[in-house]
Amino acid sequence: MMEKQVILKTNRIAKYFYEPVKFKALNDISFEVFESEFVTMIGKSGCGKSTLLYILSTMDTAYEGELFIAGQKITGQKQDQLAAIRNQNIGFVFQFHYLLPEFSCLKNVMIPALKLGKYSYEEVEEQAYQKLELLGIKDQALKPAAKLSGGQQQRVAIARALINSPKIIMCDEPTGNLDSKNTEIVLETFQQLSKEFGQTIIAVTHDNDFASKSDRNIEMGDGKIINHDKKI
Amino acid sequence: MKLNVNSDIALTHLLTRKKQTLIAAMGVTVGIGIFIFMISLVVGFNRYSDEALFKAAPHLRIYKDDILSQPLIPQSNSGYTAVIVNPKITNLSNALINPEKIMADLIKQEDVVTVAPQVSVNLFYNNGTSQINGIASGVNILEANAMFNIQSTMLAGDVRNLVATPNGILIGVGIAKKLNIQLHDNINVTSSVGVVKVMKVEGIFKTSNSNIDLTKSYVNLAVSQQLLHQSSSYVTDILVNIKDPNEAPVFSKRLKTLTIYKVEDWQAANEQTMSSKKTRGVMFGAISLAILLVAAFGIYNIINMTIKEKLNDIAILKATGFSGKDVINIFIKETLIMGFIGTLIGLLLAAGLIKVVSGIYIGGDREYFPIGFELSIFIAGAIIGMLVTLGAGYIPALNAAKIDPIEIFRK
Repeated sequence: MMEKQVILKTNRIAKYFYEPVKFKALNDISFEVFESEFVTMIGKSGCGKSTLLYILSTMDTAYEGELFIAGQKITGQKQDQLAAIRNQNIGFVFQFHYLLPEFSCLKNVMIPALKLGKYSYEEVEEQAYQKLELLGIKDQALKPAAKLSGGQQQRVAIARALINSPKIIMCDEPTGNLDSKNTEIVLETFQQLSKEFGQTIIAVTHDNDFASKSDRNIEMGDGKIINHDKKI
Repeated sequence: MKLNVNSDIALTHLLTRKKQTLIAAMGVTVGIGIFIFMISLVVGFNRYSDEALFKAAPHLRIYKDDILSQPLIPQSNSGYTAVIVNPKITNLSNALINPEKIMADLIKQEDVVTVAPQVSVNLFYNNGTSQINGIASGVNILEANAMFNIQSTMLAGDVRNLVATPNGILIGVGIAKKLNIQLHDNINVTSSVGVVKVMKVEGIFKTSNSNIDLTKSYVNLAVSQQLLHQSSSYVTDILVNIKDPNEAPVFSKRLKTLTIYKVEDWQAANEQTMSSKKTRGVMFGAISLAILLVAAFGIYNIINMTIKEKLNDIAILKATGFSGKDVINIFIKETLIMGFIGTLIGLLLAAGLIKVVSGIYIGGDREYFPIGFELSIFIAGAIIGMLVTLGAGYIPALNAAKIDPIEIFRK
């Protein structure tokens, strides 16, 4: 087996909340995630999983410690640079799909790529169709996003997360709102992405079935990592 | 469609909520329409009142000012103040010395259109026992006509007849009525130095000022000199018209170096007109700006509402790599499109209003409402409209850029 490349690394990350009282939400978080790894973060509600994910996502910048993505130091970068890093390197999937309701599914998938501006409009359109096909919803491409079922919307959201071929895909409860059939589809897609396309997946989840099928489970409790590789 | 992605999003937002877009645009339309209309009204009316003014007054008038007596011995010691008890006006005559030379110098000046000599005579108009006092202007009638467009005010007769009739006179309609005089009748005039002449009425004019109609008359320059017992070189005023009447104060300063006599611009001679002009400008400007402000609040409101409804969208855009600048860009574009549509229709609205109002009959010598199309006002209105909407959209857009996506996702 080849030596694994570190894609994401944190160094002693700590985070405080000040409302309503000062509270240490994350404490001394240091861990590594490797390329093409499918990692889930598990733990009880309020243990800081989501808070940590938002820091990893580069959207939250109010923390102590250091964050590295693909060898680049993220901590201390300006907001506009962070936006560009997110655009290129990170794809998001949220619990509540968060599609833009006025746009067609295709347009929703295309928007991050159009923002990146690396490919022409036609090329982006072509790629978006490919991603939708990968998730089995190519036939819904031209429908307005709001007209689709929850499971279909979530798949569109995953297609959108994939469009710029990001190194890392981050998910916050990606199956939280889905039935078992759709959960199965999402899970298979994630496994395929990490195995075949070499993309790293970091997912926060409550779903133990979902977690058990990932490569590694990081368990958190009270703002700390209590197990770097919990077996379920 | 191959729009830039920000424009694409902005346009989609607008198109999916056509009604709100249109309402916001309509606010701008009314604001801009009324703004341009009001300003055109003021400009039209000012022009009309200026025109009325210039039918009786030149842009610049050069005359000999009254001089008060000075101490005989010039004051040499600054420690003392020379005092003259009961100073007197020392002018022996109001005549300008060597007026031909002054006029020749004036006409050489750049931008001077017409230069005309004038002799003012205080006199009485008599017919039988009725008598009116007034002022006759002794002029070269063709020059005076070029300056004041007297012909346009004539009710009867023709100014050119004065050239052929040395003892002709053009009188105001008030004088004609009071003395019961018709065209081609004779009229007795008695000057302030006691010269009596019988004149032939060659024309009756009516200006917009009834006081002028009741006192003023035009006679040939030679007649006016005779009425004052003066020689043919006697001239009391030199009247000057220039290309742009608004430049008159600048001109009067320049001409002061050219002559020892007093140079008075029409603005200084008509302070009251100028102050009422300013009042009008401020009043109408304030009203129309207030309307524009209301329109701006309309835009502000709608953009603000859009942003409130689109918090999720903004959060997801930011998560997928749109920067704060992009968010501002999107909402500014939305504002500008609304502002552009509104302004465009506003220009049409203003044009329509002006067209309708310019057809209203008001009587008098102007006949129709004094309002006209002014390209510069339309351009200014369009620029102000776009600036106001830009300002109204920028504030909420700035707030949208500051939205923290994490706060939205946590909910």
